Amino acid sequence: MKHIFSAFLRDEPRVLTRVTSLFARRGYNIDSLSVGATEERGISRMTFIAEAPEHMADQIQRQLEKLEDVLKVINHADEKFVDRELVLLKVRVSPETRLEIRMIAEDFRARNVDVGSKSYVFEVTGDEGKITAFIQQMRPFGIIETMRTGRVALSRGSNADIASQVYGGESTALEHPLSDVGVRA
Amino acid sequence: MTGSEALLKTLEAHGVRHIFGHPGGAIMPVYDALYDSPIQHILVRHEQGGGHAAEGYARVTGGLGVCMATSGPGATNLVTALADAMLDSLPILAITGNVPSPLLGTDAFQEADITGITMPITKHNFLVRNADDVSKTVAKAIAIALEGRPGPVLVDIPKDVQQAQTNAPIEQPKTKPARLEPNQAVIEKAAALIQSAKQPVLMVGGGACDAAPQILEFAKKTGIPVITTLMGLGNFPASDPQWLGMPGMHGSVASNRAISQCDVLIGLGMRFDDRVTGKTSRFAKNAQIIHIDIDTAEHNKLIPAYIAVHADSAAALEALTKHVSKLETPDWWTKLEDWKARQPKRPTWGAAEAIKMISSQLSGADIVVADVGQHQMLTAQLHPFEQPRKWLNSGGAGTMGFCLPAAMGAAVAIGSHDGGDAKGVRVIGIAGDGSSQMTIQELATLRKYDIPVKFAVINNGYLGMVRQWQEMFHSRRYSEVYLEDSNPDFPILASAYRIPGFAADNAADLEKCIRQWLEVDGPAVLEVRVPQEANVFPMVPAGKGLDEMLDDDPKFLEARELAKV
Ligand SMILES: Cc1ncc(C[n+]2csc(CCOP(=O)(O)OP(=O)(O)O)c2C)c(N)n1
Ligand SMILES: [Mg+2]
Repeated sequence: MKHIFSAFLRDEPRVLTRVTSLFARRGYNIDSLSVGATEERGISRMTFIAEAPEHMADQIQRQLEKLEDVLKVINHADEKFVDRELVLLKVRVSPETRLEIRMIAEDFRARNVDVGSKSYVFEVTGDEGKITAFIQQMRPFGIIETMRTGRVALSRGSNADIASQVYGGESTALEHPLSDVGVRA
Repeated sequence: MTGSEALLKTLEAHGVRHIFGHPGGAIMPVYDALYDSPIQHILVRHEQGGGHAAEGYARVTGGLGVCMATSGPGATNLVTALADAMLDSLPILAITGNVPSPLLGTDAFQEADITGITMPITKHNFLVRNADDVSKTVAKAIAIALEGRPGPVLVDIPKDVQQAQTNAPIEQPKTKPARLEPNQAVIEKAAALIQSAKQPVLMVGGGACDAAPQILEFAKKTGIPVITTLMGLGNFPASDPQWLGMPGMHGSVASNRAISQCDVLIGLGMRFDDRVTGKTSRFAKNAQIIHIDIDTAEHNKLIPAYIAVHADSAAALEALTKHVSKLETPDWWTKLEDWKARQPKRPTWGAAEAIKMISSQLSGADIVVADVGQHQMLTAQLHPFEQPRKWLNSGGAGTMGFCLPAAMGAAVAIGSHDGGDAKGVRVIGIAGDGSSQMTIQELATLRKYDIPVKFAVINNGYLGMVRQWQEMFHSRRYSEVYLEDSNPDFPILASAYRIPGFAADNAADLEKCIRQWLEVDGPAVLEVRVPQEANVFPMVPAGKGLDEMLDDDPKFLEARELAKV
């Protein structure tokens, strides 16, 4: 099963190496990973997707939270979230295909960001299904190259206490929601 | 003040009194500052020895152990000890010098990326870039090493940072974080489960070594039998009738049977290591498991917990004890008493007998340190550990060479080298002929500071534990395990270090030797020459379940039968 996680990291040297080295040495399968700055100085946010059975997803979260520079990990399986990925895709064009390619792009609300005589570069944003479908549709025309950012995610709803959960003093940010209720079927 | 002075002043402020280290080019500014510092530096003969000494120091005090090394090879020599401390959750601060900052990343002379190298084997590590950050970082490192589940932390300081001037204030120790208390609802649920048990058992690990009084109280109030893991030996007195022994690969018959048949198993400050569980699918098959640990990543990692309690082990037990009462389980105790009586049969003379003879001369207050191999398992099985923090061994990593330097660290910690407050507590090392040679150079350190470790070498002429596996699982194809033809004469080796040495190869001589050896004022070495091909039993063969344990060595039983005829 695929799990989508958000992790909050301190911007310390090698923090990404610490995270990825943990993934590697514990044998976690990570499909995609993307990192960026947050609204808070000194804190980055990482979205990553892991292919793992339930108990392993739990382990991934807890092992990560043990790292000194990891402030909190959220497993979005437990809540509603939105996720998006951005893709840049360069496709071959010819006078015969130009129009059809443009129409498909329009359907996907893809923006044409580089118009060449032999190729276009599209920028398209969406969830996994949309991105996959777009790439499928472009394939017959000849994709020259693509670059994907990897998925990024946020929880739905106001979620106003997230800051205190991650950085707050009084919060139980570091306490795993399951930590005291380990009842298993 | 220089970065070096800031480092030492911070250590001093945190109550550090000893550092086990070895100098070199990239740490020389710190050694220069050490010249004027009240902190005593113990000059080891190999940085690995310094690392294990810091482990021994930490284990007996419950506080921080500190080791120090220069860059490159000095730092990499610490790696084994750090990995060992990580697996046994010991609070170690390792300080390493590094090449000057402008040279970092240029493959400079004696440069090693030690923060990169030790990332997976430390709780955390730091590279200090600025002298103003030295004190802050060191204080943070110490706090991380000690808090929650303890572990090793490394601080790497480039030479120019050691030399640079700073006015940053010296950090004072943080107040100890409050004990992590358990969730009451979970405790009540756990207590109800315990109360309903017909065949309960409490299994205690190394994470509970500061909960011995609570364990005793809980056990007395409920009447539940107690098992102590290899790392947990001493957390419950061996002399208590409720004690079943050690579980796992070389565990007691009673422990392993009890685990296999119990209906409720309480795991306290332990992590279900594979040497403890055997084949996990057969482990405690009939039991609902209550797992108490301060590290929630241990919950459900290997063995699913029916109830997981995230708390300090003493706090959790105190809370549990309030909610439970005496369990009436006479049928369970009939079984347990029967299993307790089943001790493996052993030869009248051999490694086991020698260890028993040494053990019989010790008190529960003495500290016993083992190396790794058959002698380690025999010591764990045979020495009656009465108190916590009196048993040191490399449990998680099984690091040969642990014994001598760890014993040295323990002895320094209790002040036995400087007429300190050792209060008649002795430090006894029990090593093998193989293991001892991996860090034997530390005899020089014992001599230099007159550290009165009593070091025994159980010489069976083999890498005995490996030989046992080759005998049992590789049809006696003894591949590269024979030592006898090239072992040193240990008493002569000791005397080369100007340390008294004794040797015995039979019980009568050993009796005398042990007395003389223990009477030496200062360090002393005892070599016991024992028969070569004895095995350690009981044994759960690798990959088998605890219920598939072999109680006795079939080879020994057979030989005994033949002798009778
Ligand atoms: C550093 C290291 N290398 C190899 C091993 C594998 N090993 C485990 S026990 C053992 C034999 C130890 O021999 P000895 O010290 O003579 O003890 P004995 O088993 O004979 O009592 C070996 C080689 C280890 N645990 N540690
Ligand atoms: Mg041996």
